[in-house]
Amino acid sequence: MEKDRGDSANQFFGGLGSFLRKCLFRILSMGPIPNHIAFIMDGNRRYAKKQGMEEGAGHKAGFLALMKILCYCYELGVKYLTVYAFSIENFKRKPEEVQCLMDLMLEKIGELLKEESVVNQYGIRLYFIGNLKLLSEPVRVAAEKAMAATAKNTKTVLLICVAYTSYDEIVHAVQESCKDKRNEIEALYASKVSNGVTEGVEEGENINGTIEHDVQGSCESSLSKSQALNTTRACNGVIRVEKKKGVILHAVQGSCEDKWDEVMSRTSNGVTEGVADSKKKQWMHPTIKLVDIEKNMYMGVAPDPDILIRTSGENRLSNFLLWQTTNCPLCSPSALWPEIGLWHLIWAVLNFQQSRYYFEKKRKQL
Amino acid sequence: MLFSLSLSLSISPTTLTSSPRFKFHSCPHVLPPTPKPPPPRLRASSQAHHVILHDNGTVAGAGAPVEENILPAGLRPESMPRHVALVMDGNRRWARIRGLPVGSGYEAGVRSLRSVVELCCKLGIRVLSVFAFSSENWFRPQAEVEFLMELFERGMRDEMGSLLRENIRISVIGDSSKLSRSLQELITRTEETTKTNCGLQLIVAVSYSGQYDIVQACQKIALKVKDGLIEPNDINESLIKEELETNCTEFPYPDLLIRTSGELRISNFLLWQLAYTELFFAQSLWPDFGEVEFLEALQAFQQRQRRYGGRDF
Repeated sequence: MEKDRGDSANQFFGGLGSFLRKCLFRILSMGPIPNHIAFIMDGNRRYAKKQGMEEGAGHKAGFLALMKILCYCYELGVKYLTVYAFSIENFKRKPEEVQCLMDLMLEKIGELLKEESVVNQYGIRLYFIGNLKLLSEPVRVAAEKAMAATAKNTKTVLLICVAYTSYDEIVHAVQESCKDKRNEIEALYASKVSNGVTEGVEEGENINGTIEHDVQGSCESSLSKSQALNTTRACNGVIRVEKKKGVILHAVQGSCEDKWDEVMSRTSNGVTEGVADSKKKQWMHPTIKLVDIEKNMYMGVAPDPDILIRTSGENRLSNFLLWQTTNCPLCSPSALWPEIGLWHLIWAVLNFQQSRYYFEKKRKQL
Repeated sequence: MLFSLSLSLSISPTTLTSSPRFKFHSCPHVLPPTPKPPPPRLRASSQAHHVILHDNGTVAGAGAPVEENILPAGLRPESMPRHVALVMDGNRRWARIRGLPVGSGYEAGVRSLRSVVELCCKLGIRVLSVFAFSSENWFRPQAEVEFLMELFERGMRDEMGSLLRENIRISVIGDSSKLSRSLQELITRTEETTKTNCGLQLIVAVSYSGQYDIVQACQKIALKVKDGLIEPNDINESLIKEELETNCTEFPYPDLLIRTSGELRISNFLLWQLAYTELFFAQSLWPDFGEVEFLEALQAFQQRQRRYGGRDF
């Protein structure tokens, strides 16, 4: 009887808490809501020590905290969540701890795929981000299965970074970009040889109009088309700017002194070539740009985070999303990860709304 | 965000810009700084840890050999950061709060930079990187950009003497192709003239962003792939590190990054290099950031436990 009364009380307070939370989220939603929040889930081991628990129990408590935060975020309207579950550097920890974490991951992936789990409740698409080849086969297979099983979900996205570091992600992106460019060059040569054409670059060719080339650098991706076209620089050879029968040739310098991206336009009447012979070989090779690297990033499946939250009070990135968080506000609550709660999230969102307001103000001033 | 980057304090009246937004005036116009209590100087106290160096000037675990030096109480020489990075934010806000023209904010920022550089020399910090002008700053109004470039050029020219006296080595990183020819030549000359200095290395990031640095490293690597020197699968972290513009220093990765004015973000400064850097966000605006604030940041740094993802605490 008392137990029933206890259960009813719990249910009542639980329901009240949920109602209050929804009211709070309604109020928060009057301002901008972050589209993507990233978490560095730091402090599980310290939590276990603090509570006098075994180390593995700290990570289990951490998983429960993740589920709680996940629900709050998706209820609030956040679409993308990224969590730093396991760094490549973590493989250096004690083998027992690493094994415990792998076992936990395997167990929890299985749970997430069950019918009644949060994955179906919130329509979550799962991504496992990192160098999955470093994982043991059972874990890797489970991860791939989970990604395939949730591929059709479109409401929300959970990106779990395992066997991940930004260094590894960037190295992989650079490798892939180099392979792509090499294939592009080989294809260019092959088409030249087969067409009997030995001069001219056809990168970005458009028979009917002018192509602007995306000039190098993160800021240059925002340059207006006219700016990109007007930026011409001489090089060691001779660059002529010609206009002949509506054909305009520009040489647009990339961010490296000896790198050129050629912008050519052709009319249906023919080609005008205005580049010195000494530079022919160079501009035949398309250069790698920021967008090339970005499209090869593991995290290319999601927009950049709007907030990065690291628990346990540490103020460092630890090789997490270095590329993607360049302009992202950082929050460092001192709570350990298993202690993270609703108020930490609300605080982070309020900070985000304040910094968004500040950015808009600055933009208007410019 | 635009940071002062010049080491010079003097601005000739003949170079005043006529733009109403950027009224830079000679020193008499600048309000005297609000008097505040003198910061604790670097001196011994009865509780200070005295650091007596060996005859050859070395201290275990510390950076460059320094002359006999006494660190303020609480700072441990073996845990001093070798490389400190600075995001010098808040010059314009500082000026706006005081009802001063923006230029006064930059002038005050220059004074702060000078004092921090002197402090780093005294503390034996090996490398100081400062974020002077970001790639994104090119989108600022033309007059502002031109003014800052002029300030930088004049500052670099005027400070050559003191750089040599203080044994400071200057390196400039960033996309120099966007700078004027005269500034590019001045940078090359300054780097050349100071390259044998073995005191503090001051790295000034101009027209720089962390993403740009990685892209340009990638382009250099791609050239090697194109020339058949390496295969794409040979590309690794070391190769990228070697091609980043911070390869001008022996210690390319900052141990500590300080950003002033309370902004809690990196803003595209040193991306790769900050993987394990301790971040310190100071509330002061950059012109108010002095010895007290800098020592506070160093003390906070020394209290941090750096695990690099690996070992247990």
